[in-house]
Amino acid sequence: MRRGLVESTMLGFSRAIAHAMLSENTARQRGLLQSLDPRVRLLGLFALLLAVMLSRKLSVVAALFAVAVVIALASYVSLGALVKRVWLIVLGFTGIIALPAVFVTPGDAVASFGTMSITQQGLRTAALLLLRVETAVTFTSLLILCTPWSYVLKALRALRLPREVISILAMTYRYVFLLVDTAGQMFQSRQSRTIGIIPPDQQRHLAARTAGVLLSKSLALSNDVYLAMQSRGFRGEVQLLTDFRMRVWDYCGLILFLVAAVAAVWAGR
Amino acid sequence: MHIPDGYLSPSTCGVLYAGAAGGWYTALRRLKRTLLSRVIPLVSVFAAFSFVVMMFNLPLPGGTTGHALGVTTAAIVLGPSGAILALSIAIAIQALFFGDGGISTLGANCFNMAIVASLTAYASYRLIAAGAALSSRRRVVAAAIAGYFAVNASALLAAVEFGIQPVLFHDASGTPLYAPYRLSVAVPAMMIGHLTFAGLAEAVISAGLVAYLQVADPGLLRATSGIADAITPATAPRPATSLRRLWTVIAIFMLLTPLGILAAGTAWGEWSPAQLVSAASRPDRATSPVAVVPAGLQRLSNLWTAPFPAYAPAFIRARGFGYLLSAMFGVGLLLLISLALRRILQRKQGESSA
Repeated sequence: MRRGLVESTMLGFSRAIAHAMLSENTARQRGLLQSLDPRVRLLGLFALLLAVMLSRKLSVVAALFAVAVVIALASYVSLGALVKRVWLIVLGFTGIIALPAVFVTPGDAVASFGTMSITQQGLRTAALLLLRVETAVTFTSLLILCTPWSYVLKALRALRLPREVISILAMTYRYVFLLVDTAGQMFQSRQSRTIGIIPPDQQRHLAARTAGVLLSKSLALSNDVYLAMQSRGFRGEVQLLTDFRMRVWDYCGLILFLVAAVAAVWAGR
Repeated sequence: MHIPDGYLSPSTCGVLYAGAAGGWYTALRRLKRTLLSRVIPLVSVFAAFSFVVMMFNLPLPGGTTGHALGVTTAAIVLGPSGAILALSIAIAIQALFFGDGGISTLGANCFNMAIVASLTAYASYRLIAAGAALSSRRRVVAAAIAGYFAVNASALLAAVEFGIQPVLFHDASGTPLYAPYRLSVAVPAMMIGHLTFAGLAEAVISAGLVAYLQVADPGLLRATSGIADAITPATAPRPATSLRRLWTVIAIFMLLTPLGILAAGTAWGEWSPAQLVSAASRPDRATSPVAVVPAGLQRLSNLWTAPFPAYAPAFIRARGFGYLLSAMFGVGLLLLISLALRRILQRKQGESSA
């Protein structure tokens, strides 16, 4: 059955909340990634992501994908969740984009169907794109799934991101859920008063009105937060609690990540 | 339009991170002129608002649905600087915590969807709505057109970024290493969807929001209204914006200079004496090559040797890099000349007023 604005947007909201809840639950497990300092996870997985991007060989990208799967298993990340939330979605999106490349990339023909022919270069580029995107997204998902968002934010300080930016990211993340909840309630209240199907033009008006009310509420909220910050003596200096401590295990993990990334870049050059 | 990891080469990502960093720095500096404590909650909450609006599944004429970016509303209410930061934060949250859009391509996504889209939306809205009253119907139309332009400018930029990948990054056998389609395929493929559905979704939500605000909260439209008696907020444009806008346009064109190497052959009428007699080096087959180089052309061609012949100094092997360096040199020269002229004019004005 085709869903309207209210139903499909509310479904999107609940998916976003479910995604965040899954991350919080996986991040509490006692796995490989969870045992490492968040800064090591961030730098290590970013190094592997860079290696995926720099590698020019299919075999090396495939090896990095295998490394991602091993890390996922060792970190108690459910492969089912990875298949459902990452691999199949990437396969659907990038697969459609990569498929025509098999035919339109000029090169040595391996099979012909009338005027169209599959080229060796086309097969290679489609496979490389698909595998590269799958591997890169898996590494990013591992970071998200195994690290609470507050730790990711603190770890971003290791990348020398300004404190103001981290503070804005932290506040935005919090208010995303508040506004998702507010917008969800607005849609739910409309749904509870609706019999039948809302015509498309009225749905567009409803979307604009809901967004407008949400905007007014957001700006009112921003003023409240500003006053609350002022009342607590905030003068623009952001203080972050960074209580991370590197242990021998963390240094070992960082070295392993970096060695794997450098080896992949060297082998895939 | 969120480009995932793996579609763009690391060097393209690096260049676009640098471009986005310039936009972030300028926007943050402009907003910091007011209290930082006011900016943090304003940008945070507006970023969260943009994030939520991006999730609205809008029904479009023709039975399809689409998602808006919310960038036009941000540009109209906050001005370009606030919109750049709010949209960038929303895109970063999507990439870092929800896995939507890549981390290596975060710079590219922010450059396309936050910086270029905000500036396009803001400039289009100001241009079309210039002089209109806050309650004018022209503001609703301006918001719709601005939204449509902003999304399509952003999509075109993403298409160009995709389209240059196979030309610049391929292995010895000719296999593209990243996005596999050239500009001739990437641009139409990307633009068909955006000229129809995605652009329309942004136009619908922008127009609807401005129409709602005209009735419910017109004060929010004052900031970028350009009306003289409007309250000028922290995010309102300042007199120096025209020069900054020029800088931004120049920077974008500088970044796009490597596109020149994609065109086959030489521009019509810009042949060297050797190309004039050779048909193979000229793409316009309709014009037959001349048998003999005119004596005057031969003599004059040796009169001046450009410092960067063919837009690439001899010591630089990579043509794309040579183009960029040449562009920087040319732009630097032009800016120096324009600054010198400005100074002379200012001095003359000072003398006449004294």
